[in-house]
Amino acid sequence: MIIGNFKVSYATDQALFRTAASRAWLWVLLGAAVLFPFLASEYFLYLANLVGIFAIAALGLNILTGFTGQISLGHAGFVGVGAYATAIAASRLGLPFWLAVPAGGLSACLAGAVVGTPSLRIKGLYLAIATLAAQVIFEWVFTNWTSMTGGIRGINVAPASLFGFEFDSDRRVYFLVMGLAAIHTWAAANLFRTRVGRAFIAVRDRDISAELMGIDLFRTKISAFMISSYYAGMAGGLWVYFTRVVMPESFPLSLSIQFLAMIIVGGLGSIKGTLFGAVFVTLVPEGLRALAQAATAFSPDAMSWLAPMKDIVFGGMIVGFLVFEPHGLAEIWNRIRRFFWLWPFPK
Amino acid sequence: MDEFLQIAVSGVVTGGIYALIAIGFVIVYKATGVINFATGELMMLGAFFAWTAMTVARLPFAAALVIATLGAAGVGALVERVVLRPMLGQRPIAVIMVTIGLSAVFKGLAQVIWGGEYRSFPPIFPRRPIELGNVILPSRQAWPFLIALAAIILLAALFRFTRAGTAMRATANDQATAFGMGIDIRRVFSLSWILASVTAALAGVVVGIIGGISPQLGAVGLRIFPVVILGGLDSIGGALVGGVVMGILENLAGGYLDPLFPGAGIKEVVPFFALVVILMIRPWGLFGTREIERL
Repeated sequence: MIIGNFKVSYATDQALFRTAASRAWLWVLLGAAVLFPFLASEYFLYLANLVGIFAIAALGLNILTGFTGQISLGHAGFVGVGAYATAIAASRLGLPFWLAVPAGGLSACLAGAVVGTPSLRIKGLYLAIATLAAQVIFEWVFTNWTSMTGGIRGINVAPASLFGFEFDSDRRVYFLVMGLAAIHTWAAANLFRTRVGRAFIAVRDRDISAELMGIDLFRTKISAFMISSYYAGMAGGLWVYFTRVVMPESFPLSLSIQFLAMIIVGGLGSIKGTLFGAVFVTLVPEGLRALAQAATAFSPDAMSWLAPMKDIVFGGMIVGFLVFEPHGLAEIWNRIRRFFWLWPFPK
Repeated sequence: MDEFLQIAVSGVVTGGIYALIAIGFVIVYKATGVINFATGELMMLGAFFAWTAMTVARLPFAAALVIATLGAAGVGALVERVVLRPMLGQRPIAVIMVTIGLSAVFKGLAQVIWGGEYRSFPPIFPRRPIELGNVILPSRQAWPFLIALAAIILLAALFRFTRAGTAMRATANDQATAFGMGIDIRRVFSLSWILASVTAALAGVVVGIIGGISPQLGAVGLRIFPVVILGGLDSIGGALVGGVVMGILENLAGGYLDPLFPGAGIKEVVPFFALVVILMIRPWGLFGTREIERL
């Protein structure tokens, strides 16, 4: 049981880690993340990279939707903008990856500023529909601006390299992905200890009240859009060096929905929850695939059930969490933690 | 001029079908404030119900329509009771996502039950195209358009003249007052979902006759967003006007812009450009209610 965790100054109240124990656990987690590529198989590293990239993008969406309350159905579009900008910077301009990926992030950031402009005038459901339109338009541009994006053939990119070290396998890309994922998680957690981040939360809770308190609504909403799309763009840039090819069909509306599913399953307005959600939503279909593969031993056409089952489980997951656990996995985690803190007393 | 007329007429045909889909969408939004992203999948289910009745049970088309209507009504009632009612009063994101989740479930279920293949309805209508002066309409489009038109008129009459329709209009107008006058709000919510899924099912049959059916048919559902935003999210008349305007716009874009933009799809994207413009100028649409916020 944890007792005596009192705060006597604002500094401790705002600290990232509430107790020394949680700081220690973070180091354990980081150690495990560093050791992971030396122990796991290539397949698990592939999954870890996927989770890492999706986690960065989902963090961006949670900053916009979970913390600022602006619904976006176009997040995959921004990931696509970042990916294409990175690929073009790398293949046309010959920039090294450590310039090309941030270039992707910045391009997406600018695109976010443009798409976010209507957010002052429209909100809620209407904004959701506006971002849906943005998604459709982005997809169309990716497919049809052939001179820039290569159309449906896409763009091929050479692996990232740093001082002669080639990131040419999932094992090596892992360090790139996880490094950036860690930095971006840390930055997102700290964002909400700053004036800008607090303003985001105030706008989410009641935008008119926030404006009366002296928060510039337009600037706040636009910066939320820009930061969110920057995250998406960085994820897109990493995606390029992860798959080494960019195709228009990699960024459909269903990917946007998947990001939304991640933050809902994980927990809206929770950094920790976003990471849980990214892991959960990415790994559940893989778990289903493993299950279907195992089932082929008993019935040979088990794999044909996989695609529809994925849809059903995915949709059921969203509906189930919204109806039964609206605060997501983060809340389940907190409940478990509380149980151990208070043990042996009942909650 | 003939070419323009031809384009305009097929635009009206597309638009009439959009209007029918949009009405189903507007019914739910008006009564319950829910943006229904599962509209397309409800269409798909309705189309499959009718298709099964016609090909597996070998029933005539009229009976198939009745079965599709009943099936869709059941689905609508179930969805409202089990999924949407707990979401009453939740944040917009939750309500949007719940209907998106539903659409994924429906798509998966349809694949399990009917498989992923592409199917088409057996021939139903006379094959002779309909000629209107110089404009020729293939019968595959003309008849479904007439069905859509009949359904729209029926729905309008239902709203105007029946007791339930009056209750729904009253609830949409002012929930608290309607409740005070003894209208059972929960029944109205349930009824509007039933009506919306029936409308969607009819639209699904119409679309299915024209273009065939598969679990992917629901993708059409996305195209009604420009329609309902133009008309106003909570206006049935707006859905009609919006449907026809967007249908014509889409076909004009297909006819005149396609040669300018190599590669496919300008036809599908132009309405979304229009959507953005409308949202910037007049977010509540032509006939929608303008929301006024108070603290």
